[in-house]
Amino acid sequence: MIEASGITKRFGSTLALDGVDLSVGAGTVVGLLGPNGAGKTTLVRILATLLPPDGGRASVAGFDVVRDAVSLRSMIGLAGQFAAVDEILTGRENLELVGLLYHLGKKERRRRAQEVLERLTLADAGDRQVRTYSGGMRRRLDLGASLVGRPPVLILDEPTTGLDPATRIDLWQFIADLVAEGTTLLLTTQYLEEADRLADRIVVIDHGHVIAEGTSAELKATLGRDLLEVTVTDADRLGDAARLVADLGHADPVLDPAKRLVSVASGGGAATVVEAARRLAEAGVSLDDIGLRRPSLDDVFLTLTGHGAGDEAPPTGPGELVLGATEGSYR
Amino acid sequence: MTTAGTGALPASSLAPAATPRPVTFSVAVRDVAGITGRNLRRIVRTPQLMLFSSVQPVMFVLLFRYVFGGAIHAPNGNYADYLMPGIFVQTALFGGASTSVGLAQDLGGGIIDRFRSLPMARSAVLAGRTIADLVRNLGVVVLMVVVGLLVGFRFHGSVVTDIGGLLLVLAMGYAFSWVFAAVGLAVKDPETAQVAGFLPLFPLIFASSAFVPVSTMPAWLRDFADVQPVSVTVDAVRALVEGGPVEHWLWQSLVWIAGILVVFFVLAVRLYRKA
Repeated sequence: MIEASGITKRFGSTLALDGVDLSVGAGTVVGLLGPNGAGKTTLVRILATLLPPDGGRASVAGFDVVRDAVSLRSMIGLAGQFAAVDEILTGRENLELVGLLYHLGKKERRRRAQEVLERLTLADAGDRQVRTYSGGMRRRLDLGASLVGRPPVLILDEPTTGLDPATRIDLWQFIADLVAEGTTLLLTTQYLEEADRLADRIVVIDHGHVIAEGTSAELKATLGRDLLEVTVTDADRLGDAARLVADLGHADPVLDPAKRLVSVASGGGAATVVEAARRLAEAGVSLDDIGLRRPSLDDVFLTLTGHGAGDEAPPTGPGELVLGATEGSYR
Repeated sequence: MTTAGTGALPASSLAPAATPRPVTFSVAVRDVAGITGRNLRRIVRTPQLMLFSSVQPVMFVLLFRYVFGGAIHAPNGNYADYLMPGIFVQTALFGGASTSVGLAQDLGGGIIDRFRSLPMARSAVLAGRTIADLVRNLGVVVLMVVVGLLVGFRFHGSVVTDIGGLLLVLAMGYAFSWVFAAVGLAVKDPETAQVAGFLPLFPLIFASSAFVPVSTMPAWLRDFADVQPVSVTVDAVRALVEGGPVEHWLWQSLVWIAGILVVFFVLAVRLYRKA
């Protein structure tokens, strides 16, 4: 549904996008993951025809972003990082205005506005001015506005940035429901958890480059094995614990005395946990916790970019950020 | 279309609304009407703004009529008759400043991005904004007529020329709405837009025949004041509502209005495309 190849965009002396390729299949969800300033929003604006690319080609639903911009716009719904709704109007008026601009008849506009309000649990607030809404309600209304035209492709630019965790989880559920109905979704986010939860495929972007892409599991696999983690009750027994589990791992155990934690990279799966627990119990080492931890997307992101997902990109060249671990998926 | 209660449909069963259709003239007219309606609602829902933007021109009327008026020698002796056409034009131009502030707000708030991502006529955002201000100006000019009548202003033309004079005021205000649209799109920040919009207005309004006869000004300033758009429009309105030879001022005023419209329409549309 979305195809982009070799997209470049320059703002003055800054190269915001440097040859980005992206492909989103019909009915799938692609998460565009990257820190602030990585180029996510620029790419979204190009795909939504708000900004012409300097180089490369892109199309949505077969419509070119430059040549067929007018047709393309009727195929997409865009909800942005900033809730783009009119504060003075009511929620319902906002939705009906969008319906009018999609050239729906009066009855149909009313019906869809009501439908969207109900769906996003805003029905009770529908006739209140938006300036009385909470941040989460505004964001829901903004998302709702992108649904009025029932576009087959949704583009959501950081839909939950700045929301509290409970509201974020609600919004994820709405988005997941839409996807289940067959909507194609391109989602940008700096939250690894969000990409992990919603996206079929994740494209990691930094400094205007795609630095990795794949499923969440594939990206995590590039980091290697699971970690066996053992937390002992008594800090004095940490050394004993490390000695007992050392031969279960592929590398030397790492000790974190402050957390009373021993971790060791392991490929043995659940059997490793059982074996470790047995040995520690026999030796009389009492435990607070034991388990296998899969590397999180945070670990992936740190490995790929050398900085966390929420941090500003450091002023380094993109080349040095491409590590050996990404070879399989680097494009 | 049996999926009532759902917001989006599978790509295989596209709703008619998602079928691309070209933006025809009648569609564009509906888009403009929709955006105009939105902006008018905003005006009606912020009555405090309406109130204070009406108080200001009333203050100007009282200030010039009763404080400065006695010292100003009007050509035909009645200063209220001389003053009010100037006030009408001034009020209509000041009213356009809300276009620059409103557009800058919309740009910053992201709502322009939403409009630009919709399959609507792109011209509708600017046209809807300026037309809403035209409607508002109509209300403000009627208010000023009432205030003028209370302080001694009287119409002396025929019904046709009186109404023609007020229409000329509105046309001038509309042309300047496009100036303000360009300013708002260029500076992008509401506070800056407010200040930047008024800046060119002051020399145009005060170095004109709006409040004082230009014959009292030094020669170099008179040369400017004689030909600039506010002076010729005020003089044309005066001639229309007070009676007198009209042609000389009217065609100059219409040329200015047409020129300002064309130049700033093109400029504003260009800035909007890039915004």
